[in-house]
Amino acid sequence: MKLSDNELHAYVDDRLDAESRRAVEAYLAQAPEDAARFAAYREQNAALHAAFDPVLDEPVPDGLRHISTTRHAARVAVAAGWLALGAVIGWFANSLLTDRPHALMSFSRQAALAHAVYSPEVRHPVEVGAAEQEHLVNWLSKRVGAKLRAPVLTAEGYELVGGRLLPGESGAVAQFMYQDGKGKRLTLYVSRLAGKQRDTAFRFSQEEKVSVFYWIDGALGYALSGELPKADLLNVATTVYKQLNP
Amino acid sequence: MNPERIAEHIPRLRRYARALAGDQHAADDLVQDTLERAINKRHLWRPGSDLRAWLFAIMHNVFVNQLRSRQAHPEDALDDDALPAVAPTDGARLEIRDLQTALALLPPQQREVVLLIGLEQLTYAEASHALGIPIGTVMSRLFRGRERLRLLVTGAQSVPALKIVK
Repeated sequence: MKLSDNELHAYVDDRLDAESRRAVEAYLAQAPEDAARFAAYREQNAALHAAFDPVLDEPVPDGLRHISTTRHAARVAVAAGWLALGAVIGWFANSLLTDRPHALMSFSRQAALAHAVYSPEVRHPVEVGAAEQEHLVNWLSKRVGAKLRAPVLTAEGYELVGGRLLPGESGAVAQFMYQDGKGKRLTLYVSRLAGKQRDTAFRFSQEEKVSVFYWIDGALGYALSGELPKADLLNVATTVYKQLNP
Repeated sequence: MNPERIAEHIPRLRRYARALAGDQHAADDLVQDTLERAINKRHLWRPGSDLRAWLFAIMHNVFVNQLRSRQAHPEDALDDDALPAVAPTDGARLEIRDLQTALALLPPQQREVVLLIGLEQLTYAEASHALGIPIGTVMSRLFRGRERLRLLVTGAQSVPALKIVK
């Protein structure tokens, strides 16, 4: 008796229970043409595995792995960034109303505010990207009025995203943005300071969720902002300082 | 859904895509578009349902769209690099290339079914679900696809236009 194609293919794919399988084998034993054809189909399946199973062992390209992990992480970081922005703006507005902050204190707050505004930005986090780093640094140096440099933070896990120009209390301010593999961002805020300033050691300030290390070096004020633990941020700030003062 | 769960399926998506699309570049494009779409639409995945089948369904949609856009831009389809290549010196590679060549000559609809069932070991019902077609259509495409593949592989001399890798 001829069996249905459905049953014969289910046999090829090992989808039959023991009884049906025995029935198919009994049929194929006396139907040489079908036996050859369905044996060839079984070989097809084996050949497909032999040819393509090695793909399973290939390392997944970073570009693919990051789609499913980084973007999610970046989105979480972005959401956290917007929350921080709300908090910082509220706090900032409050402090504007209630006191006149010391110039340097105000500097770190502005840096934190600029961080909170731009670091959650997905499509336009920077005006000039890291691909045009030379142009970026020259442009910002010219506008800020001092020779700037973008530190390399690769060893700390951060890559330069790019930078933008911002208005500050004493003129143009440069903001460099960095990002790690999980989409976590740091910003380095660099401003020429009004009047004569003395160099300072690192100072730390916590503006809601945004941690800031800031210092004065020559005519420039630097503030490194990020939503990460103080010790980690200090580690990066130390690297920045060392690179700018080799 | 945690996107890490999608990441676990990347190796199998890549295996299927490699067999479906032919070359590694096109395959990884297919996987990348599939992952992006899956991440963006992950709220549409029903908890408790088979995530792998859902991902294959997304890849099917991406694949069909890519085929359509290639038909709209036929010059892409004629790109020499897109043709499967044959390496005549290495016996083992030759067999794989033959299989890839034969797969590439299957109509895409039959290729999908043959691969989902024969390589990815989806059940007929899962394949029906992933491809959005009745199970009877899955079976008829499977029958025709397997037979055509068998004839292509056994009658390899009749396969036209093999490209020789120098």
